[in-house]
Amino acid sequence: MSSNRVIHALYDDDDKLLSAVKSIREKKHHIEEVYTPFPVHGLDKAMGLEETRISIMAFIYGCIGFLVSILMMNYIMIEDWPQNIGGKPSFSYLENMPAFVPIMFEMTVFFAAHLMVITFYLRSRLWPFKEAENPNPLTTDDKFLIEIEFHDNEKELNVLLKETGAIDVKTIEKKGDDE
Amino acid sequence: MYTFTNKLRNFSIILMVVGFLGLSHGFLTVPETVEEAISMVADAHHGDHKTGTQHQGHHEAALANNEEHSEDHHGEHLLHQLQNKPWAALYVAAFFFMMIALGTLAFYAINRAAQAGWSPAIFRVMEGITAYLLPGALVVFVILALSGMHFNHLFIWMDPDVVSHDKLIQGKVSFLNVPGFLIRALIYIGGWTSYRYFSRKFSLAQDQAADVSNHKKNFRISAAFLVFFIVTESMMSWDWIMSIDPHWFSTLFGWYVFSSMFVSGVTTIALITIYLKFMGYLEKVNDSHIHDLGKFMFGISIFWTYLWFSQFMLIWYSNIPEEVTYFITRIEDYNLPFFGMLFMNFIFPLLILMNSDYKRINYFIVMAGIVILLGHYIDVFNMIMPSAVGDQWFIGIAEIGGFLFFFGLFIFVVFKEISKVPIHAAGDPFIGESERFHY
Repeated sequence: MSSNRVIHALYDDDDKLLSAVKSIREKKHHIEEVYTPFPVHGLDKAMGLEETRISIMAFIYGCIGFLVSILMMNYIMIEDWPQNIGGKPSFSYLENMPAFVPIMFEMTVFFAAHLMVITFYLRSRLWPFKEAENPNPLTTDDKFLIEIEFHDNEKELNVLLKETGAIDVKTIEKKGDDE
Repeated sequence: MYTFTNKLRNFSIILMVVGFLGLSHGFLTVPETVEEAISMVADAHHGDHKTGTQHQGHHEAALANNEEHSEDHHGEHLLHQLQNKPWAALYVAAFFFMMIALGTLAFYAINRAAQAGWSPAIFRVMEGITAYLLPGALVVFVILALSGMHFNHLFIWMDPDVVSHDKLIQGKVSFLNVPGFLIRALIYIGGWTSYRYFSRKFSLAQDQAADVSNHKKNFRISAAFLVFFIVTESMMSWDWIMSIDPHWFSTLFGWYVFSSMFVSGVTTIALITIYLKFMGYLEKVNDSHIHDLGKFMFGISIFWTYLWFSQFMLIWYSNIPEEVTYFITRIEDYNLPFFGMLFMNFIFPLLILMNSDYKRINYFIVMAGIVILLGHYIDVFNMIMPSAVGDQWFIGIAEIGGFLFFFGLFIFVVFKEISKVPIHAAGDPFIGESERFHY
């Protein structure tokens, strides 16, 4: 059973944070989470996070949008109310296809973008009026925070964190994860 | 220091010899008289070629529709098309390889003007490619001058007989006249090559220099060149390509040609960089550089498609006869190259280069690069051939010969230039950033 006590180490520079993450992981400590005011380049690799699969989803969502646009324009402009497009009343989807290309493009982008954002929210468990999980409001300004799980090596960790340039190290009693 | 290997030199010379033979064959088999031309086309139609029968039907329809046109008139038209054919094959290939060098020069100038930090490691490769600009552009100029002296009929507006019967061309004579055309060509070529000369000079001087004054000079002339370039590139595309069909016009044609040359240039840089790296040079170039070139190949391929489609859709939608003939000729007589080009230049790079990881794998870049380059050769082919030879096109001995000849010349000039100076631009103020470049 893991304890609910964690260490919060605060940093004031993203380069220091990156090297700290690397040395903490070298010592085989488990980093629970890192809170940063902006995306830090290379942090995901340093933390050893799994690569995101959102680009695969983006491709699939784009394909769905592409198909929806074809079906939609076929229904609207050809079947439901046949239109004379550009003086060429052929009433065939294929022959009028150039006119629909901008719509196909826009729907592809629209579906990919919106569904990607929604997927990201669902995956990150974000919804309107949700209380922020952020443990320290400073991390929304200019400070960086590493949350580390520990068992009986508190002192050793404290020394290590001070060495890596942390400006503040605190031990926190965390509320249960299940909440 | 790169050494131009004998193997590569011999390869380029063989390409030139084979290409020259192919071109000569094309020029020697040109029909002299109307009868010869008609019998040549008739012979070709005896085969069970599907296109052959289509052509026959097309000719008959054309004859039936224009009864006032005598058979001779039609035959003469055919003769001119067949006489144009080897010239057009020469011109397409000459223009295509000149365009690669020019696109690379534009890419180089953008990197200089933007003071890009990632690219100095491959500046010498780009400078090597742009060395082909002067010989390549001079060959194009010679072909244009020979057209002006009526050695061929690529540009029908150069024929006073045609102009006197054509009200539309008469209205354009103040721009489309042979002396003006050649003077403009000299101004374009002079401007581009003198930028290239000075930029190369400052670039080499920077390697020895203690301060960054050469770099600053290069920055300034590059910014000025880009302004000059985008105006002259546009005018060049009207002069050298659009005027082959003097009735037709498109306002974004300059951009369209630019995107084609830009993506060809970037692709060539990527291919030559990978080749040199494979041969053990350019040890400072890492896969992040290749990744960036791959991103440009991907992005500019889509930009090309965007312009291609913008041009196509507006003309298709409005359906104005004098504009839409351009695409009707291409769709009816050039169906395979016209739509094949879209596959090669858009769908293939889109699918192959979409994945971020693939852009770091040399194999994918080389594969996509070869298809993109061939696709843009066909793009130039589609721009020039329909107005020059009509439905008498064929990618035969003369066309392949032209391609091989200029390909050999290109390899020879480019690698000779790369072998002249150290391949690493050690004095560039951004070279450190470029060496550490990591995506």
